[in-house]
Amino acid sequence: MKQFTSKLAVAAVVGAAMGFASPAMAQTPKSGGTLNIVVPSNPPSYDAHRETTFGVIHPLSPMYSLLIRVDPEDPQSSKFVCDLCVGDVPEATDGGTKYTFKIRSDVKFHDGTPLTAVDIKASFDKIVFPGEGVPSSRKAFFTMVDKIEAPDATTFVISTKYPAGAFLPALGMPFNWIYSKKDLDTHGMDWHTKNVNGSGPFKFAEHVAGSHIAGVKYDGYHHKGQPYLDGYKAIIAPKMALRLQAIMGDRAAIEFRGFPPAARDDLVKNLGDKITVQESNWNCGNIIVYNHIKKPFDDPRVRRALNLAVDRWSGSKYLSKIAIVKTVGGVVFPGHPLARTEAELKAEVEGYAEDIGKSRALAKKLLKEAGHENLTFDLHNRAVDQPYKFVGTWLIDQWRQIGIKATQQAVPTALWYSKYRKTKDYDVGVDANCQSVVNPIADISKYLCEATNNYNNCSNPKLNDLYQTMNRAGDFAKQKTLMTAFEDEVYGQAHVGNGLWWYKINPHRSYVKGWKIAPSHYLNQQLDNVWLDK
Amino acid sequence: MPSAAGGRGIFEDGVDDAQMSKYLVKRLLLAIPTLLGAAILVFGLLRAVPGDVCEMRLAGTGMYVDEDQLALCREKLGLNDSYPVQFWDFISGYATWDLGESMWTGQPVTHEIGLRFQLSLEIAVVATVFAVIIALPLGIISAVKQNTWLDYVVRMFAVAGIAMPSFWLGILIILGLLISTSHFLGTPWMPPIEYTSPFDDFGENFAQIIFPALATGYRYSAVATRMTRSALLEVLREDYVRTARAKGLYESTVINHHALKNALLPVVTIIALEFAFLMGGLVVTEQVFNLNGLGKLFVESVLNNDYIMTQNLVMLVVLIFVITNLAVDLFYAWLDPRIRYS
Repeated sequence: MKQFTSKLAVAAVVGAAMGFASPAMAQTPKSGGTLNIVVPSNPPSYDAHRETTFGVIHPLSPMYSLLIRVDPEDPQSSKFVCDLCVGDVPEATDGGTKYTFKIRSDVKFHDGTPLTAVDIKASFDKIVFPGEGVPSSRKAFFTMVDKIEAPDATTFVISTKYPAGAFLPALGMPFNWIYSKKDLDTHGMDWHTKNVNGSGPFKFAEHVAGSHIAGVKYDGYHHKGQPYLDGYKAIIAPKMALRLQAIMGDRAAIEFRGFPPAARDDLVKNLGDKITVQESNWNCGNIIVYNHIKKPFDDPRVRRALNLAVDRWSGSKYLSKIAIVKTVGGVVFPGHPLARTEAELKAEVEGYAEDIGKSRALAKKLLKEAGHENLTFDLHNRAVDQPYKFVGTWLIDQWRQIGIKATQQAVPTALWYSKYRKTKDYDVGVDANCQSVVNPIADISKYLCEATNNYNNCSNPKLNDLYQTMNRAGDFAKQKTLMTAFEDEVYGQAHVGNGLWWYKINPHRSYVKGWKIAPSHYLNQQLDNVWLDK
Repeated sequence: MPSAAGGRGIFEDGVDDAQMSKYLVKRLLLAIPTLLGAAILVFGLLRAVPGDVCEMRLAGTGMYVDEDQLALCREKLGLNDSYPVQFWDFISGYATWDLGESMWTGQPVTHEIGLRFQLSLEIAVVATVFAVIIALPLGIISAVKQNTWLDYVVRMFAVAGIAMPSFWLGILIILGLLISTSHFLGTPWMPPIEYTSPFDDFGENFAQIIFPALATGYRYSAVATRMTRSALLEVLREDYVRTARAKGLYESTVINHHALKNALLPVVTIIALEFAFLMGGLVVTEQVFNLNGLGKLFVESVLNNDYIMTQNLVMLVVLIFVITNLAVDLFYAWLDPRIRYS
């Protein structure tokens, strides 16, 4: 995968009250202190190989190392750097199918066992080729992998069946923690669900169920001089208002997922320069799902009309003042080289034109042709305020402009999924595509009609063909052409519509230094370069 | 409970020990169908709710979800077993005190509940103490000074307490603390958001417990104040109270020795039921203060479709209510010697 520097990704570090805070890089890091973090979610287990929630990543990532990771000094770039390997991330050889990593020889697990290439192989074997009955939530990201080898203690080789653009970003996913082979062999594949033995900057200190997880500095950490903190405490706090109050009352210094704009403004208003705000485009977006097996949404004209009615540009302007959405984009993360530019979107994609009046006129015409001028339906949504219900309310208003009457049915998450996955008895729904490493070729798999997390019940073999070809295309120009064709097919058939991409806002205590916002709340969470300026 | 002589025990005013034992056994046996009914109800209702814990765990983030992994998760958690098998596992586990493991965290249910029980119990006790200290004097004053300005003030206090949800009061308390400390001390302060045992740091523990206890205790005290007032007013109109006054007894003696004890029967019932409610029902207030108690665990378990944890929590709350009701019934005998257990 071609690494890139996102052109549109906004990484604004804004001094809260006055203007701009001085960049953390300019200061010499200080050692000591404990960082208190608030985490909205309770981890189901300690094993990132099987879990999918940031509730595992935020409190436990600092205890583990990765083979490669998104550059903690420049997480917006989605550039990968070595964590356990030596030097730069290697280029693929053998026609783009073989990656040979030299592994550091100075790494030890927290129990004192040396970490070698054999441990890395054992960990990726568990992720890529899990045995019978061994859970691995990202196995499907590695379908291109052919062989995993560790010819000696400092060499790790991974070969793919074909050159795959999605491979390296998959390798750098923040869930690919390296476990000790000794632990896997001795205790079995479930041991890491309840035990921690990593090689990350912090050692496991305690976990009080439902309350907090704490880590203490690991003196033998392989990135010399780090970590700067003596420890950290991840406090579980499900209510957003409480997390906000915790930062205000300095019970916590930071929350890594993100706050809505009003919360940011509250903190800034009350704490002035004691708060620093970092903002970024977010690799999550809401998708409008049209149920193809339910009339009249089996008719592409109706689906197209619904896409055409939505004024995304003004939505971005106004909705971003109250909700965690902002960026207008297609199926690819905005600003990525594979994504259409703003001008291209406006000129080429239905539903993105600047002239909303013209789009809505066409929408009405399509509805009339389809015989559904006074369409009414239920909008199936998740009973989560940010941003689902905000987006749902906005969409209903947009559709109202062309005479459609939609009613929002916001239901608890379990019921929301059940309607999508089991009963399939919804009309139109709000869904989300939320990923970690910006890896468009993998990220857009959700739009495939065969994808298990695509809930629109569509059928389109052409999309799958385009996707498979793109996945095997090593050449960037070819990838770009195929991605455009893929996007055209998605919107041409109006299989789904895109709402707005999310916008990540992380206000934190200004004494927290070194942490830089990434385009995902899963990334840059090892905290080895974080320090407290107290 | 029985005395060494095997005659009258602590209920000296006439409750026979044999009668008492029989009564206790009867009540305990009656608890079994109550618990079984609750078990059937919670088991059935949970299964009627669409979705399962595996979907919440693996698909809840909007990321890719592998159907094989979902199937594996369901198999591991026993969700593919038939309902009778699942119900038998639940009931037999409960009967043998093997409550199983949380489907969400994989930790033993006894461990998860035990952690939270201490905090919930602490809050319930502090709130009860607060409520009783406030409610009894205010209720008595309000009854004795009926239709005076004092009575009106107390009634206003009580009505406000009943009308005001404790979680809302909790939010006001936190905001009030943040604003006032910011104004007077220059730095906003709020109570701790993680639990510290009183044995580790009493001050930190107190700072966390006191505000939610006040928030819940206010409503609790308001209910008890109203009940004390109305019960006492009723008793004060009884003939024996009039007789006591006619005998020339001091008003304080009439109130404290003759009227109050009889007026306390409904008050004790209310206090006990509120206590039981606090043990499992502080669902929203615990979220407001980020208290790691049973109420918060309840919410998380229900939202995560964690059947095992939810079932056990419901059973725990039912058990608390059964025990509390029994304790109240026994306490009645002490308050009113005319009550017999047969």
